[in-house]
Amino acid sequence: MDEKDLKLNETEFLNEDICVAEYLVYKKPETLIDIDLHYCPGCGHGVVHRLLMEVIEEMNIVDKVIGVAPVGCSVFAYNYMDIDMQEAAHGRATAVATGIKRVLPDKLVFTYQGDGDLAAIGTAETIHACNRGENFLIVFINNAVYGMTSGQMAPTTLPGMVTTTTPFGRDTSITGFPLKISELVAQLPGVCYVTRTSVHTAGNVRRTKKAIQKAFEYQMQNKGTCLIEVLSNCPSNWKMTPLESNKFIEEEMIPFYPLGDIKVPKEEK
Amino acid sequence: MAKVKGDIIVDIEKCKGCELCVVACPQGAIALSDNINKKGYHYMIKIKDNCTGCENCALVCPDAVITVYRKSGKKKEKIATISNVQNNMTMEVN
Repeated sequence: MDEKDLKLNETEFLNEDICVAEYLVYKKPETLIDIDLHYCPGCGHGVVHRLLMEVIEEMNIVDKVIGVAPVGCSVFAYNYMDIDMQEAAHGRATAVATGIKRVLPDKLVFTYQGDGDLAAIGTAETIHACNRGENFLIVFINNAVYGMTSGQMAPTTLPGMVTTTTPFGRDTSITGFPLKISELVAQLPGVCYVTRTSVHTAGNVRRTKKAIQKAFEYQMQNKGTCLIEVLSNCPSNWKMTPLESNKFIEEEMIPFYPLGDIKVPKEEK
Repeated sequence: MAKVKGDIIVDIEKCKGCELCVVACPQGAIALSDNINKKGYHYMIKIKDNCTGCENCALVCPDAVITVYRKSGKKKEKIATISNVQNNMTMEVN
């Protein structure tokens, strides 16, 4: 390809009087390392990575935060986040975060987990960490399949949804019903804030960012466990284009997993 | 109404051509290029000059390739700059 063509396309409508530092309103956060993400085109993981890093940069808590990376598609999260990170065994991120928070109680701890990690192999760790009211934030990315291993059925897969291990759709008489982790942990007294958001439109991305910000504030006030469930798309394993997958979230996932706050601290009610 | 005018700069080599920004743009100012980048994806480009700097494209972009600039009609006059605080603070009057 011609180098000239590239340059021409890029700068065709560039307004030199607008593109100056004075008018800058949005740029990639400094805490997100400037390398290519390994995620598929259109994957929601990139958005949530960026939102977390934006909040951490805006709240000026870069040197106070410790993140725990999971196993799954986001196993390399520590490669992209320019903060202190720790990798955990599959499903055990909440257990590792418990240890970190108890040894270093003045640090802010978050775990970043997918649905195969948190809702399948790590269910026990998650529920018991929430039951103990451990004071950290759990970011739960729900895309309804096992993404990294090529799209097998996860506990969160919708009834009738086609995956590689349920080629005729998930039959609830054999495989049971989807696990609603957020509603499950919201009943526990140690949990202070549970919300479900999504990243498929700009408005929902803004709401997700606010939720992350709130959760870090609650953690600073030692209120208890916060869980943010983010509905994300998985275009590759749903066998859809990114646009179709966002439509699937809107039409199929949101009716089953309704968005909004599930539990908020008492004073706010 | 104050005239708002914006612009975006795209890191075309990082773009994966997922088209999420194309539908997120309320002005219809973004489209995919016919050319491809080094990774082989059709990258996004601005095709119209009516960007308002609403940030929607940058918010939905999973790869954070978009930088947004916005210039409002109101003129801001800089009256003082305090450096060495947290981020250099600037005081302005409209």
